Amino acid sequence: MSEHQHEESHVIEYGNYIFIWLGLLAFTGITVTVSGIDLGNWTIAIALFIACVKSWYVLNYFMHMKYEDKVFKIFIVTALVTFMIFLGFTFWDYSFVR
Amino acid sequence: MSSTDQAVLQHGHRDDYGSRMGMWLFLFTELILFGGLFIIYAVYRYMHQQEFHMAAQELNTTIGLINTIALLTSSMTAAMSITAMQKGNIRFSKGLIWITIGFAFMFMVNKFFEWSAKINHGIFPGSKDLLAKPDGEILYFGLYYVMTGLHTFHVIIGVIFFLFILRQIKQGKIHSTRYVRLENSALYWHLVDLIWIFLFPLFYLIH
Repeated sequence: MSEHQHEESHVIEYGNYIFIWLGLLAFTGITVTVSGIDLGNWTIAIALFIACVKSWYVLNYFMHMKYEDKVFKIFIVTALVTFMIFLGFTFWDYSFVR
Repeated sequence: MSSTDQAVLQHGHRDDYGSRMGMWLFLFTELILFGGLFIIYAVYRYMHQQEFHMAAQELNTTIGLINTIALLTSSMTAAMSITAMQKGNIRFSKGLIWITIGFAFMFMVNKFFEWSAKINHGIFPGSKDLLAKPDGEILYFGLYYVMTGLHTFHVIIGVIFFLFILRQIKQGKIHSTRYVRLENSALYWHLVDLIWIFLFPLFYLIH
């Protein structure tokens, strides 16, 4: 087997992971703090927004999506859009039930 | 030349690219599995907002927070184990996998105490105390047990994957130029982390 490196592998340094991890911990702290403040319906919106931001970092850096081919990105967008359609249609349908 | 062609040229029958793609496709089926439950949660919470708030008071936010930190940290160590493997530092990679497994056990021990406390208070599916509560609270705890239960089941599977990986490293089947199984196990572990990122605010942080 040849000695040269995989063309497709991308080595992410430990320091970068620690940086992302600290960011994720900070976002967790923000979520917990914000949940203690009564902002009505905004509380859940903010909590979900922060959860999405955290997921974005996990997907891109921990799961290496940032360094994957375009087709992986198309896949994940398709999967998420499908999920959003399910969610959207459920609530749309529910709005007629009441 | 695509990276798939390169992978084939370099390593004969191997196709790491296809292997990772297969793992991602599997992860999308997990999105459907948990996604369905999240949709049920969304509709019931919308129908029973007050009762969901009341029921959520029963959960211990501190344990939830500790488990969040445990999973985030384990996700980092899982990702780092790949870097260590790529650099040929196999001992360090194994150490990081063991740390990941350690955090998984920490998570499960916390979950055990959490569920035990609930069950001791008479809150478990079908219990007299729970059925005496309003509909919204029954639904909340039903979803709590199903969603956190299914999630913890995934934690157990993740640990089994990592033990399997450790064995293959020992056998020399996984090494610095062949580690796609480690990558895929780590992807699975990150999914467990991702689901918890949503479970934590939705169950523990409704005040």
